[in-house]
Amino acid sequence: MNAPTYNFAYLDEQTKRMIRRAILKAIAIPGYQVPFASREMPMPYGWGTGGVQVTASILGPDDVLKVIDQGSDDTTNAISIRKFFAKTAGVATTTSTEAATVIQTRHRIPEAPLRAGQVLVYQVPIPEPLRFLEPRETETRRMHALAEYGLMHVKLYEDIARFGHIATAYAYPVKVNARYVMDPSPTPKFDNPKMDNCAALQLFGAGREKRIYAIPPYTSVVSLDFEDHPFTRYKFDAPCALCGAEDSYLDEIVTDDKGSRMFVCSDTDFCEGRQAAGHHGSTNAAPYKGAA
Amino acid sequence: MYVAVKGGERAIENAHRLLAHERRGDRAVPELTLSQISEQLGLAVDRVMGEGSLYDRELAALAIKQARGDLIEAIFLVRAFRATLPRFGATEPVDTGEMQVRRRISAVFKDIPGGQVLGPTFDYTHRLLDPQLAEGFEPEAPATGEAPETAMPRVTDILGRDGLIETSPQTDENALVGDLTREPLSFPAERDLRLQNLARGDEGFLLALGYSTQRGYGRNHPFAGEIRFGEVEVEFFAEEVGFSVPLGSIELTECQMVNQFKGSATEAPCFTRGYGLAFGQSERKTMSMALVDRALRARELGEDVKAPAQDEEFVMSHSDNVQATGFVEHLKLPHYVDFQSELGLLRKLRAEFAEANDPAALKEAAE
Repeated sequence: MNAPTYNFAYLDEQTKRMIRRAILKAIAIPGYQVPFASREMPMPYGWGTGGVQVTASILGPDDVLKVIDQGSDDTTNAISIRKFFAKTAGVATTTSTEAATVIQTRHRIPEAPLRAGQVLVYQVPIPEPLRFLEPRETETRRMHALAEYGLMHVKLYEDIARFGHIATAYAYPVKVNARYVMDPSPTPKFDNPKMDNCAALQLFGAGREKRIYAIPPYTSVVSLDFEDHPFTRYKFDAPCALCGAEDSYLDEIVTDDKGSRMFVCSDTDFCEGRQAAGHHGSTNAAPYKGAA
Repeated sequence: MYVAVKGGERAIENAHRLLAHERRGDRAVPELTLSQISEQLGLAVDRVMGEGSLYDRELAALAIKQARGDLIEAIFLVRAFRATLPRFGATEPVDTGEMQVRRRISAVFKDIPGGQVLGPTFDYTHRLLDPQLAEGFEPEAPATGEAPETAMPRVTDILGRDGLIETSPQTDENALVGDLTREPLSFPAERDLRLQNLARGDEGFLLALGYSTQRGYGRNHPFAGEIRFGEVEVEFFAEEVGFSVPLGSIELTECQMVNQFKGSATEAPCFTRGYGLAFGQSERKTMSMALVDRALRARELGEDVKAPAQDEEFVMSHSDNVQATGFVEHLKLPHYVDFQSELGLLRKLRAEFAEANDPAALKEAAE
C-alpha cells in the first residue's frame, strides 16, 4: 500500500509556492480575488480549507499560531485546526492575540488591536461580494474589472427603502483601497472598522471557491454606505456579563427556557484577559428583556 | 450558570473514539477485509476511484471501510490523499478501441463487428430479493467460450467512416491537457476541463441532469451508440529512455452517445457526439456524463443555452460532491456570531415596526 508521508505544514512545497504567488499578487492588488489551484485538504470544504491552505503556506517553524472560530479559541473547529498545525508543522500555538504571529479566524476579528508583523488569516465561504446579486462568475469578474458596483448600491438602497436600514448585519461589503468591493468574510459588521488601516496583514482564503485576496497593512477599508445613511457599528444594550466590557462583540447565551439570557464577550481571550486584570461584569447586567 | 463552550478538545477525542467503535460495529461479527470490499463491493470501489480521481482499488476499499460505507466520505478521503501526491506527467492517450472488452453493447445497430457482448450486467435481472445470497451461496462458474478473433471497432468509428457523425475534435498532440486540480477553473471552459469535471462529478447529480435533458430541459435526442467496459493498457512516455513504457492496465467504462444532427447550408448534416468515461464498471455514470457532455456543447454547436444541463457555469460549479457536501454540511459549524448580528438587527427592526404600528396588536400576534 502507498503509505502516506507529509511535508511540513502538510502541503508540499510546490503547492505552497503556487499559493504564495497568489498571496503576493493579492497583496499587490488589495481586495482583488486571485484564482488559485486550491487543493483537497484533509478537512471538508466549508471547514476552513482556504484559510488552512493560506496558513500552511505562510507558516514558518518560528511562528506562533492562534486559531479562533466565532471569536473563541475553544470552539471545536478552532481546536481541530490548531491541532492540525501543531501536528503537521510542530509550531507553537497560543490563545493570546498578543503573542500570536499568525491568527487564523472564522467569523471574527479579535477585539485587541493587531500589531505590525502579525498576519490575520480569514476563512472565507463565498469570496464574491456580488454573488447573491449575480450568480455568474463571468459576470461578476467583469463587474469588478469595470468597477461597476451600482448593483450593490441599489441593493443597499432597497434595504433602506424597505426596512429603514441597510439590512446586512454580517458580511457587510467594504471598498478596499478605493477600488475593489470586497466581502470581509461573514464577520459581523461590528468588526468592519477594525479592518481599516490595520497594522497587520490580512489574508483571505476561500478553498472551495479557489480564491485568495488580501488587505495589506495600513490600507483603507471603507464600509459601503450613503451620506444620509452612514455606516453604523452595532451596539449592544448591555456590557459583558463576565468582564463588563462595553465595547466588545457579545454572544447571547440562552440560560433557561423562560426567556432569560446573558451576554458575554465572543472573544474569549479578550474577556479572560480583562477578568484577569480585575474587571467584573454582573450576570444581572441588563439581560435582554422580552421580545420587542 | 454560564456554560462556556469549553472542553472541545476532549469532546473531539471522545467523538473520534466513539466513531471508531461504531465503525467496528458488533465485535462478535468478523471484521471486513479490504479484499472483501474490493472483490464483493466492486462497484462501490469503482465509484470511489472514479469520483476520487485515483485508480487504486486497495486505497479505495480502505476509504470505504474507514467511511463506514459512506461513498462520498470515501471519495473525500481518496481525494485528500491524492492532493498530496507528486505529479510526474500525463500518460499517453489510452486507446479504447484496443480495449480487452468484457461488455460491449450498442443500441443503434442490431449487430456490429465483434458482436454485442452482454457481460456482467444487472440489466435483465428481475429485481427480486434473493434469500440465497444471504449466506453461503456458491454461484456457478461462468460460462466460457472462444475469444472472438475479430476486432471490436467503436460504433462511432463505423458511423464516422461514412461521415454520418461529426469527427471527434482533434487537438494539437503536443498541447498540454488541462487539469482543474492543478489550475483554477475559469469560464468559459474548454471541453477537456469539462470532461474532467464531469468524470469527477457526482453520479447522482449527473444522473439527474442527464435525465432532465431527456425530459425536455435541453433535449438532444440521444442514442446509446456504444457502451463498452474492459481493460486498457496505460503507457507513459519516459523522457529518459525516449519511448513509451507500459505502466499497467486499468478497467474503464466508455459511453459514446449519438445525438441529434446538425447541419447548415454549407455543412452536410451529421450526428453529434456526447462522451462519457469512468474508471471501472460505471455505466450509469458514463451514460449520464455523455448526456451532460453533449448538453454542455450547446454553445459550441450554436444551440440556445436555456436548460440547467446546458449551462456550464451551473453544471461545473455544482457537480463536485466533495465541495457540495462540505459546504452544505458546514452549516453544522457554529454560526452564532453572525446569527447574533442578525438577531440584533431583527429586534431593532421589530421594535421600530412596533413603534410605528399598534404595539398591543403585535404582542398578540407574537403569542
